[in-house]
Amino acid sequence: MPQYSQKTMDLFMNPKNVGSLDEASPRVGTGVSGSAVCGDVMKVQIEIGDDRRIADAKFKTFGCGAAIAASSLATEWLKGKTLDEAATLDNQTIADDLQLPPVKIHCSVLAHEAVLAAIDDWKTKNGLPVAPREKADTHEGHCAG
Amino acid sequence: MPVKTPIYLDHNATTPLDPRVLAAMMPYLTEHFGNPASRSHSFGWKAEEAVEAARAQVATLLGAAAKDIVFTSGATESDNLAIKGVAQMYRQKGNHIITALTEHKAVIDSCKHLASEGFEITWLSPDANGQVHPDQVAGAITDKTILVTIMAANNEIGTINPIAGIGEVARKRGVFFHTDATQAVGKIPIDVDAMNIDLLSLSAHKMYGPKGVGALYVRRRNPRVRLTCQIDGGGHEGGMRSGTLNAPGIVGLGAACELCRAEMATEGPRLTALRDRLASAILSRIEHTRLNGHPTQRVPNTANISMAYVEGESLMMKISDIAVSTGSACSSASLEPSYVLRAIGVPDELAHSSLRISLGRWTTQDEIDYTVDRLVKAVKDLRDLSPLYEMAMAKNK
Repeated sequence: MPQYSQKTMDLFMNPKNVGSLDEASPRVGTGVSGSAVCGDVMKVQIEIGDDRRIADAKFKTFGCGAAIAASSLATEWLKGKTLDEAATLDNQTIADDLQLPPVKIHCSVLAHEAVLAAIDDWKTKNGLPVAPREKADTHEGHCAG
Repeated sequence: MPVKTPIYLDHNATTPLDPRVLAAMMPYLTEHFGNPASRSHSFGWKAEEAVEAARAQVATLLGAAAKDIVFTSGATESDNLAIKGVAQMYRQKGNHIITALTEHKAVIDSCKHLASEGFEITWLSPDANGQVHPDQVAGAITDKTILVTIMAANNEIGTINPIAGIGEVARKRGVFFHTDATQAVGKIPIDVDAMNIDLLSLSAHKMYGPKGVGALYVRRRNPRVRLTCQIDGGGHEGGMRSGTLNAPGIVGLGAACELCRAEMATEGPRLTALRDRLASAILSRIEHTRLNGHPTQRVPNTANISMAYVEGESLMMKISDIAVSTGSACSSASLEPSYVLRAIGVPDELAHSSLRISLGRWTTQDEIDYTVDRLVKAVKDLRDLSPLYEMAMAKNK
């Protein structure tokens, strides 16, 4: 296992926003990224308040320490943001903040994807248009590095 | 009773040096520094004498003749020398080699290297317990086969292969049999004559000896095995492996072999009992777990267990005061899980969820009980975090 930054270790040992929101609720958007076969699955959920801001964000992650830390960081960052603001989150910010080693950059990519998928899910549920996205996480037969 | 941490349970990666081995080595790192190949003075004689005594100690552990032991830098070199050495020496006779998918990389990559030079390699699939069977080997032998190379015990899952049966099949068909016995030597009895072994690789640092030294057993009689040397130079070790002998390391290897031989009858059952205590506690106290490898035909110190819905690297981080290893690929560049677990049919997601726990000479029951308690808590915490666990539980409702 690689040497992780103190921040990554802290978030891994004491992750924030672990849990689940009611997937059926129209206020909740759910996004899942990764695959069990590749060793990482992230689920990010956001709850949109009446002010159209993210009132709450939760995650559950199966994966390495970096994946758990990245999910915790992303959900923490999401809170209070509008959907447009949330969509600007990019994986490099997460990777830089956690000082992820190159082999773990994909963890930040997965966190980013789960966030975008959660936003899309909320939009779909609420009758808003969703722009098509290219998935970068997994391809047929092999895992992204 | 409180245990001292960190706890080392990764003995299949390497073992600590036994203080008795170090004591045997010390004089050869200090006053007896001579080159064993110096025939003209007492410094050389003293070193040579020690090397020959160590050769006899290694041979005794294997039931071999001392002159059949070639010292190397470790098992990787021994594997390379055995496989490439036979292939190059006997190329006129045939170009076919039989091995298995679960071999160590030193064997796999040596065979792949030969494949790139035109050799034909048969990769046998082990059964679900990780064993390769003599009838599989028999079925693969052709008139072009010059070598069978099958490991004695697997480094990841600990499964012991029926090497006596494989040796018998190979001998009957006039094919040389090499076994990488790095994880078996010193743990279980090995007898090169009774098992029809022609070549055997071993390493000192897996058996409480120093790193950087190992040996290759090369049968010189009935039948005689000849090898093309892989390191040219002064013609040391009967021309099979040039290079000034690592006298202190070799003395350490010899001492390590002697200790393993003397203590195997008590240490084997002690480790087996501790390992089974560990495995049964994990399997009974943590749901959705499974033991990988053969239920009984396993080296005494190894337990490889998959704990579903929890990724191995994060599990190791949760129990960071306990040193173990994982079949998860989270830290490898390829992100591919263990090829050994794959070869025995463990699904990728369970391979990512596996831990290899390997016990050793100083492992105590208190350490084992502490480890189990830590694992129970860590798996619970990580399952609370796991979307896979959540989904599986929802499905079961």
